Amino acid sequence: MTTNQVKTVGVRKKSFAQTIRFDKWKGWIYLAPALVLLLIFTIWPIYNTIRMSLLEGYTTMKDVGGATFQFGIGNFKRVLEYPGFITCLKNTILLCVLTVPISTFLALLIAVCLNAIKPLQRFLQTIFFMPYVTNSIAIGMVFAAMFNMIIGGSARPDSVGIVNNVLEFFGFEYINWINAGSEYWANIVVMVVYIVWNALPFKILILLGGLQGVNKQYYEAAKIDSTPKWRVFTRITVPLLSPMLAYVVITGFIGGFKEYSSIVGIFGESMGPVGNAYALDTMVGFIYRAIGNQEGTASAAALILFAIIFAVTMVNLYVSKKTDYTGKKSNAKKKKKAPSAAKAAKAAKPRKSINLNATVKPVIAWSIYAATLVIAIALALIFWL
Amino acid sequence: MAEIKVMKAKDMKKVSSRQKVGKVLGLTATYLFLGIMAIIVIFPFYWMISSSLKEMDEYRRAIPTLIPKVLDFANYVEVFTSEDLLLGKLFYNTLLVGVVSTFFSLIITVLSAFAFARLEFKGKNALFALLLATMMIPGELFTITNYQTINDFLGLATLGKALGNQFLITIGNWRNTYAVLIIPFLVSVFYIYLLRQNFIQIPNELYLAAKVDGTSDFKYLCKVMIPLALPTIISITILKMMGSWNSYMWPRLVANDEAHRLITNGLRTAFTNAEGVTDIPVQMAAVAVVSFPLFLVFIFLRKYIMKGVSRSGIKG
Repeated sequence: MTTNQVKTVGVRKKSFAQTIRFDKWKGWIYLAPALVLLLIFTIWPIYNTIRMSLLEGYTTMKDVGGATFQFGIGNFKRVLEYPGFITCLKNTILLCVLTVPISTFLALLIAVCLNAIKPLQRFLQTIFFMPYVTNSIAIGMVFAAMFNMIIGGSARPDSVGIVNNVLEFFGFEYINWINAGSEYWANIVVMVVYIVWNALPFKILILLGGLQGVNKQYYEAAKIDSTPKWRVFTRITVPLLSPMLAYVVITGFIGGFKEYSSIVGIFGESMGPVGNAYALDTMVGFIYRAIGNQEGTASAAALILFAIIFAVTMVNLYVSKKTDYTGKKSNAKKKKKAPSAAKAAKAAKPRKSINLNATVKPVIAWSIYAATLVIAIALALIFWL
Repeated sequence: MAEIKVMKAKDMKKVSSRQKVGKVLGLTATYLFLGIMAIIVIFPFYWMISSSLKEMDEYRRAIPTLIPKVLDFANYVEVFTSEDLLLGKLFYNTLLVGVVSTFFSLIITVLSAFAFARLEFKGKNALFALLLATMMIPGELFTITNYQTINDFLGLATLGKALGNQFLITIGNWRNTYAVLIIPFLVSVFYIYLLRQNFIQIPNELYLAAKVDGTSDFKYLCKVMIPLALPTIISITILKMMGSWNSYMWPRLVANDEAHRLITNGLRTAFTNAEGVTDIPVQMAAVAVVSFPLFLVFIFLRKYIMKGVSRSGIKG
C-alpha cells in the first residue's frame, strides 16, 4: 500500500516536471504573435534607423534602384546645418521650456486646492479631467477659432475673436494672434495656452492622486504647531509629492519634445500663420516631412530627438532622485553643509532661510536643471555649427 | 484639574475664532480660483457648441453673443451632407479600424501579459526588460522604417516586380488599405506592461490550485485571470479605441485616399483646402460631431480612463 502510494507520487512528480519543461517553450508560443509584430515594426526599425542615418544621403528610392551609399555622419551634419532644423529645434525647446513649468505649477495649485475642499470636489475634478478625452486636432481648431480674426472691408476686422473681445473688455488692445502677419511671440502664446490647457488634466490627475495618498498625520502635526499654510505647502506637500512631480515633469518634457499635432490643430499642415509657413515647425514635423524622400536625414533627426529626450529624462531622474527626500533626514544633511561664508553673514536667521531654500528646491530645481540642460544642448548645437 | 480644562477651552475658542475668519477667507479664495480655472477649462467646449449653432452673420458680429440668438441647426445638416467631409464614410472607417484593431490587440496583449506574468521560460526577464526599454524611443523613429516596410512588405513588392507577379506586388504594398492602419499598432508594450502588473497581483495559489485540478493554462487564463483583470482590460479597450479615433499622422502618411481616410484626417483636410473665409460655424459643428463620441465615453467610462491614464501618460 505504502509503496504504491510513493510510486504514484513519484509518477505525479515526473509529470509535473514534464509540464514545467513543456512550459518552457509554451511561454514563447503565447508570446509569438506579439514578438513577430514587434520584430517587424519595432526591433527592425531601431536597427534600420541607425543604419540609414549612417549612410550618406540615403533615400529609399535610390536604394531600391540599386545605388550604394557611403558610410559616414554626413546626415547628422546636414540636419544640423539645415536652417529649417534649427527653427524646429528652437520652437520645440521654447515650447517645452514654457509649457512644462507653467502647466506643472498650475496643475499643482489646482490639485492642492481640489484636495482642500469637500463639497463640489468630485464635480470640479470631473470638469478638470475633461480636456483629456478630446481630439487634439479637433479642439485645436476650436482654439484657432477663438483666437481667429475675420477680416472684413474696413480697417478693423469684422470680428476679432472671443479672446480679443475679452482683452478689449479689460481695456487692452486686440492682438493679431494667428492670422496672416501675426508675430512670432503671439503664435507662441497661443500654442502655450493650448498645450497647457491640453496638459493640465493628466497632471492634475496624477498630482491629486499623490496628494490623496499623503499621510494625514503630517498635516495634523503642522496644525498643532499652527504652521502657516504656505510653509505647509512648501515643507510638507511639495516634498512628499516629489515623486509624482518628477513623473509629471518627465512625461511633460517627453511629450513636449514630440509636440506636433497641437500645432497642426491650430495652424494646419503649414505649421505657421498664412504667409509664414513652417514658422512654428517642430522636430517631429521636420521628421515627418523628410519621410518618403530623405530617409537618411529623417533617421538622423529622429536619433537626435531620441538623444535629447533620453538626456532630459536622465537628468530629470537624477535631479528628482537627489531632491526626493524623506523629510528631516536630508534637511539635516543640508543644514550641516550649509554654514558657508555667504550664509554665515545671515547669522541672525540662518536656519529659516536655509530650510526654506531646501524645501522649495524640488520644484525650482527641476525647472532650473531642465531648462539649463535644454539651453545647454541648444547652445552646444549652435556653437558646433 | 477642571480649571485647567476650562482655561484650555477658552484659549482654544480664542484661537479658533481668529482661525475661522482666515479659514473662511481661504476657502472662498480656493473656490474662486477653482471656479475661474474651471470656467477657463470648459470654455472652449462651450464656445464650440455655441458657435456651431450660430449663423455666420451672427458669428461675425464685432461684439459676439455668448448664447446664440437664433438656434441654427443648418450647420449640422451641412456637416452631415457635405461633399467635402463625407462624414458617414469617415465614421465607418474609423469605427472599423478601431474595433478590429482593439479586438486583435486585446488578444495579443492578454496572451503576452499572461506569458510574462505566469509562465516560466528562459530569458523571460531579459525579454521583458528589452520590451520596456523600447518604450523610451519616440514613435517617430519607428515611423520612418515602417513607412518603408508597408510600401514593400518583406521585400515582396520588389520580388513581385522582378518576377512580374502581380499577386506579390499587391501583397507587398499595403498603402491605402485597412491593414496598414491596423497591423503596425497591434502590439503595445505599454498595454502588455499594464496588464502584466495586474495579472501578477492575482495570487499564485489560484494558479497552482488550477494546475492541481488539471486545468490547462489557456482555460485558467480565460476562466480566472481575464475576469479578475477585467477593469484593466476595459481601460485598455477604451484607450485603444480613443487612440484610433484620435490618430492623425500615420493614417495621413499611408492611407489618405478617400476610401480609407480616418476621421481626424478628414476633419483637418476638409477645412484646410478652403480658400478665403472659412465658415467657422460649420467647422465648429463638424468638430462637435467628431467630439461627441468622446464626450459619451467621458461621461460613462471616465472611471476606467482615469485608472488607465494614471499609470501612463500616453494618449491612446
